[in-house]
Amino acid sequence: MELQVEDTIQWLEKSNEKIQQNKDYLTALDQAIGDSDHGINMSRGFQEVVNQVKSKQYDTVSDVLKDTAMTLMSKVGGASGPLFGTAFLRFSMRVKGIDPISQDAFTKGMEDALAGIIQRGKAATGEKTMVDVWSPVVDYFKGTTIVQADEVAQTAKKAMEQTKEITATKGRASYFKEKSIGHIDPGAASSFYIFEALSEVIKGEG
Amino acid sequence: MKKIINDPNQVVQDMIEGMIAAYPNELKQISGTTAITRSEAPVQGKVGLVSGGGSGHEPAHAGYVGKGMLDAAVLGEVFTSPTPDQIYEAIKAVDGGNGVFLIIKNYTGDVLNFEMAMELAEADGIQVDKVIVNDDVAVEDSSFTIGRRGIAGTVLVHKIVGAKAEHGATLEEVKTVAEKAAGNIRSIGMALTPCTVPAAGKPSFQLAEDEMEIGIGIHGEAGIERKPITTADEIASELTEKILADMNLNNNEEVAIMVNGLGATPEMELYIINKKVNQLLTEKGIQIYKTFVGEYMTALEMTGCSVTLLKLDDELKELLNAKSEAPAFRN
Repeated sequence: MELQVEDTIQWLEKSNEKIQQNKDYLTALDQAIGDSDHGINMSRGFQEVVNQVKSKQYDTVSDVLKDTAMTLMSKVGGASGPLFGTAFLRFSMRVKGIDPISQDAFTKGMEDALAGIIQRGKAATGEKTMVDVWSPVVDYFKGTTIVQADEVAQTAKKAMEQTKEITATKGRASYFKEKSIGHIDPGAASSFYIFEALSEVIKGEG
Repeated sequence: MKKIINDPNQVVQDMIEGMIAAYPNELKQISGTTAITRSEAPVQGKVGLVSGGGSGHEPAHAGYVGKGMLDAAVLGEVFTSPTPDQIYEAIKAVDGGNGVFLIIKNYTGDVLNFEMAMELAEADGIQVDKVIVNDDVAVEDSSFTIGRRGIAGTVLVHKIVGAKAEHGATLEEVKTVAEKAAGNIRSIGMALTPCTVPAAGKPSFQLAEDEMEIGIGIHGEAGIERKPITTADEIASELTEKILADMNLNNNEEVAIMVNGLGATPEMELYIINKKVNQLLTEKGIQIYKTFVGEYMTALEMTGCSVTLLKLDDELKELLNAKSEAPAFRN
């Protein structure tokens, strides 16, 4: 795989489409174990991201990702804003000066993004958060010589569905502890849409 | 909903403009943000102090911006943390070359957003450090928090840290005193009636006519117990006992008391509470050094109060007594 500026913008557009389509679903997930605004916040934030990156000319993938980070942190709000914002900011910093993004550079960016989420959210795997989707996806990138688009989406999907079985100990859902079992974590679900969008972009480029 | 507002979505902006109009020589808004700084910011050579959080807790936090207290307050939407870009602008605006210190109430959103802003500022080469205040002894985790919540005690941390920074302390010294103050503070609140977030339009919870809730949070988050309302003396006793159970206070140790109204409690009732708190502490041989009664950290129009105790030593006493010119904390 290789990611250019146009691919990155396409990735964000596809992520936005999926989040807009599933806005009510994300909010419903959050209603079960949170404060029922995840879909609203994420759809507002990603729409702004798309408006932003389509209105400007970019020379580097890093700059696209940096603008994405700044927009998400200022427009999403709540806890998701800084968490997704940190992920894209760290990714952007890691791939600065590299264009286009090779699979190797992408993997390193993902690793830093995950490290940022873990640090910011003070969460580890197995705590029913977005980390439970990001972590296996990062592992997949690290352990694969040639990334297969379908496997990216499948890895993310499986990981998202597994968050159903976890008791929440971090984030707002931890307040609902046992009640959280049986519900997919909203942040895990929106992370899945982002990786599903990525897999479509990878597929599209052949 | 019955409120004196123009548009539920404009309350924060309208309030900021009103505040600046009231204190044109003392305060200014950072353009394009909902952050307020002292008019003389940045003060060269002084550690800059930034706090903030959701709106609806007035006079917290913008009322505590002024000489002797904060350099800036960042105002979020009602009961919602401000975003990192706004906090980052405030940090830059108050950086006088000796670093910036953040005072954060312990709510998940506030901590995430302030820490992210801290990282952005550090990437710019600004030295930033922080203290997280979690003075509420009521509940360990809540719908807004991991760990204890930060409530009215935060105002006394503003006061103490503000005085320290004003005296020319380094970032490290500011942090040391902030951690001491935060470690010595305990609070707990109670409510009789709920409050309504303007954009929501209806109360966030219900209490029956004869019911009160002990340990409630400043956003109406659940506390410890709902039960029939009792007398002020019984309420004051329960709140004080819950604080003392969590605090190591020996005979003859000195404290400051804060009896704080949550927005719609008559001052008369706050003094009635204070009478009993004072009596209980005196009976236990605890020395009352200073008392604050009034509205310091509100929850919109919630009826109720909180009690805060701050254990003092010589340094904290001196800082608590130092001059403050902040609009909501003249000393």
